[in-house]
Amino acid sequence: MTIIRRDPRAEWIARNRLHPLHGKLQQAEARWMGPNGLIRKNPHAVGFIGPNGIKRIDRSGAQQGGSARQRSAAVEAVQLPLHVVAQPAHYICVVPDMVGGRLSSHDKDLLGLARQLAGNDGAVLAVVFGEHKEGAFDTAGVDRLLLIQGEEYEGYAPEQRIQALAAVERQFAPRHWLLPDSRMGGAELGRRLAAKLGERPATRVWQVEGERCVGRAGAGREDLHRALPRLILAAAECAEPVGETRHEALPLSLDNSVARSLPRIEDLGPVAVDPAQIPMAEAEFILSGGNGVKNWDLFHQAAQALGATEGASRVAVDDGFMPRNRQVGATGTWVTARVYLAVGISGAIQHLQGIGACDKVVAINLDPGCDMIKRADLSVIGDSAAILQALIEKVSAWRQGGARDAA
Amino acid sequence: MTDLNIVTLVSVGAHPTSGRARRAEQDARAVELGLRLAGEHLRVVHAGDPREEALRAYLGMGLPELTVLEQPAGADALPALADFLAEAGAQLVLTGSQAETGEGSGLLPYLLAERLGWPLVVGLAAVEKVEQGHAQVLQALPRGQRRRLKVRLPFLASVDNAAPVARQSAFGPARRGELQVEAVPALTDELFADAQLQPARPRPKRLKVIKAKTAADRFKAATAKASGDGGQVLRDLTPEAGAEAIFKLLVEEGVVR
Repeated sequence: MTIIRRDPRAEWIARNRLHPLHGKLQQAEARWMGPNGLIRKNPHAVGFIGPNGIKRIDRSGAQQGGSARQRSAAVEAVQLPLHVVAQPAHYICVVPDMVGGRLSSHDKDLLGLARQLAGNDGAVLAVVFGEHKEGAFDTAGVDRLLLIQGEEYEGYAPEQRIQALAAVERQFAPRHWLLPDSRMGGAELGRRLAAKLGERPATRVWQVEGERCVGRAGAGREDLHRALPRLILAAAECAEPVGETRHEALPLSLDNSVARSLPRIEDLGPVAVDPAQIPMAEAEFILSGGNGVKNWDLFHQAAQALGATEGASRVAVDDGFMPRNRQVGATGTWVTARVYLAVGISGAIQHLQGIGACDKVVAINLDPGCDMIKRADLSVIGDSAAILQALIEKVSAWRQGGARDAA
Repeated sequence: MTDLNIVTLVSVGAHPTSGRARRAEQDARAVELGLRLAGEHLRVVHAGDPREEALRAYLGMGLPELTVLEQPAGADALPALADFLAEAGAQLVLTGSQAETGEGSGLLPYLLAERLGWPLVVGLAAVEKVEQGHAQVLQALPRGQRRRLKVRLPFLASVDNAAPVARQSAFGPARRGELQVEAVPALTDELFADAQLQPARPRPKRLKVIKAKTAADRFKAATAKASGDGGQVLRDLTPEAGAEAIFKLLVEEGVVR
């Protein structure tokens, strides 16, 4: 028989909420056996504090307690099931745009459609030209990856790329070719490939059902319903991207080297365009200023040095530092920049909506707790004027160095 | 400007709201570009019905005449145009990038280039100079960018909305201009044996799919602010070090040139 030992002083402190030692003597666990053998429960110990400071009780049986950060880490660690295609019965060949070296959302939709068409025994083969920065081919649904690299594919070389795709056609004989019907290069490459292979493609396809597909025709007032051809140029959102499975993304290579064609079109390089002339909605690189910018001359100078299109938050526009047509956000322009550099913008929700489509957001701000920093991929906490000044110096030094290398 | 032999291919467009026949927007831009390069010597060609009134809108841009290769509706324009261009001795052929009626696949310039064996420039914005059998042209890229290309003559070029805006069509010249009709053999396009055109259905809007398994996760997905977590935050740095980090990212992304 066990003797129940009691500590009357500890019990007294535990009852007295004003005692300085009260917190230490509280029961940490949610249930325990009381002195009389009864199960005791502490209702205050149940649940956890949610991300916005409100107590949440999760009765689903999932792991409780801990901060939101721990929970999201646990969610990320989930491994998707691996889809293995050991011996592909056929290939579905996708040539993604790879804007900026990464799969765009259009490319991912296309891979989702390719996954549908491949079924269980087919493999999705992605053909990527040149260097890439993509690290998630496996979760995007790529079973086989064919990297075609070489200096002849750099710059604008559509004819050489078509040569390579013709070699892919000879080696793999894919059941379907899928290319994005986008202005980022896919539309041109797909049509050139169609002319080369003598296939009649379905263009601007937005729905594929069984052996039929629907694509926009004419100027977009009509739909063309037709049988699914071999070569498909698909519009954005043609299918749901792959999200439930992981894929192998096994590297493949071409058996024969690609014949090098004499280019009939010579690329003389990009032409400097005045960034102020580019419509803000389609600018690639935006330098945006907000309330935290005090020296606007320096801001304009930085935009010129970086070659960025200028944008502004609502406050900067209301205060008269920038024209109204430069406002980014829900009431201004919804921008699609690849890189958005926000200087002294704390990130009102309307502004964050306006930059929702941006790829990389860089923030320079004094306040480490603001919403823009939570959104940004890279944030620098510090005085914007000093950082902009240092950035201008760095860019001009880099430009001069580059010019010297070229000469 | 130059004594180039330039041919522009035009089609009949459709008004985006009413659907009435009009001059096609991009083809009109191609005519405008041709007029700026060759003036009155520009040849404009259409394959289709010569009785179509909308064709006169091209004449109203200041053309004395327009060649029509007469074909019934639904005929394939490609062989007729290819034969015409091979005979016409054109050095530069301008087209729009896609038709506003029919299939509108935008394949015609590609197929013509393949058949004639000429290079094709897509998205021509301007012709800078022509010398020694080569042309130096500006190509329009997405996001307002431009690229300079050197291409040998003869070549085909398609224009899109980055080309100069077409001038207005005047009524008098449109009446006075002549339509030169040439008869060509008609080949039926076999596409529409199988395919049907229907009024465009509005595309379904993509819904935000939340894959949460539990109510707590769904609640969090519904209330969470949009934020790309995992961003790198640099504190207590000198301005130079901060600028260095930003500069490195800008160069990596290729936006600083």
